[in-house]
Amino acid sequence: MVQFTLPKNSVVKQGIDHRTDYKIEKSKKIIIYRWNPENDENPRLDTYEIDQNKCGPMVLDALMKIKNEIDSTITFRRSCREGVCGSCAMNIDGINTLACLKPIEEIKSDIKIYPLPHMPVVKDLVPDLSQAYSQLESIKPWLERSNNAANKDLNKLEEEKQSPKEREKLDGQWECVLCFCCTTSCPSYWWNSDEYLGPAVLLQAARWVNDSRDSERKKRLQDINDSMKLYRCHSIMNCTRSCPKGLNPAKAIADLKKAIVTEL
Amino acid sequence: MSTNRPLSPHLSIHKKVLTATFSIFHRFTGIFLSLGSALVSLWVLLIALGPSYYNLFELISSYLVFKIFLFIWTVGVFYHLFNGIRYLFWSFGKGMDLNTVYLSGYLVIILSISSSIVIWVLI
Repeated sequence: MVQFTLPKNSVVKQGIDHRTDYKIEKSKKIIIYRWNPENDENPRLDTYEIDQNKCGPMVLDALMKIKNEIDSTITFRRSCREGVCGSCAMNIDGINTLACLKPIEEIKSDIKIYPLPHMPVVKDLVPDLSQAYSQLESIKPWLERSNNAANKDLNKLEEEKQSPKEREKLDGQWECVLCFCCTTSCPSYWWNSDEYLGPAVLLQAARWVNDSRDSERKKRLQDINDSMKLYRCHSIMNCTRSCPKGLNPAKAIADLKKAIVTEL
Repeated sequence: MSTNRPLSPHLSIHKKVLTATFSIFHRFTGIFLSLGSALVSLWVLLIALGPSYYNLFELISSYLVFKIFLFIWTVGVFYHLFNGIRYLFWSFGKGMDLNTVYLSGYLVIILSISSSIVIWVLI
């Protein structure tokens, strides 16, 4: 449901200033969203300051520096530190992106870091993605091969080959690391996340719809042909704008809509 | 331990990116146009009722406020039209890479303002 304002327990308060009087050569102020599940307080914004000369180039480096040297209680997800795992997705300087791929230098003002927008917060910068994951599960993100009489040739023992041209159709879709930067940048998903699948999941739907080895293309299209699941996409294009991997979920969704019109 | 998880901030903290701005203005102009179309039907009604009523419209339309409203409405008409055409291309999956999206967006703004000015100069 559309609710433009935050619920009472989610209103962000002014937090703790962790800056010290030490002289810092190349200072950068970092403001981070904090929320601790172990007390009943509202979320708050804490202020930190780092020396860029003593820090790696990316926002994730700054976060780890803060965790190691200033405040060990700060909580965030990270793993590969090179944009492959999709763990460190967060809202940096107003845009959802991967902290490991976002250079500190690109942000001229103070760095403001929030968790992915319009999500339940587990702690600090860690959002609860369980709903998004169950939506992903609902589109069956695996190869489907029916063995019924109509598809007899599928029972042969030979491997199913895919031509380079067929494989090309998956380019721009298989690369998705499921960080959900796109989904949580979509205003339509903010207001309808209970039913609308969101760009990340629909991009995955397209990835399996377009796989030449999959025998259930038609059924997959029928399954997502739903006013809420698919058609809450109004081509706002925020998803494409925010994808840290440079993919184009909006285009994939447009092509899905086109396939439904032309093939079903 | 509290399980009453807060909702992370959204509208208030997300950058006002152009992609979303173009989209929301398509809606705003749509609503604005429907208001304007009520005005158009009022205009037709006043014509139908005869000269004495139409004089009333003449009076209202001589106000600067009305002219400014009408100009903004004209821009709204053209924005909705050109952006609608942009959406038509998207329905075919064309012009959806980010550079083209931004270029066509700027083009829509330039076209709708210049068309409005042309129309007002011509009338």
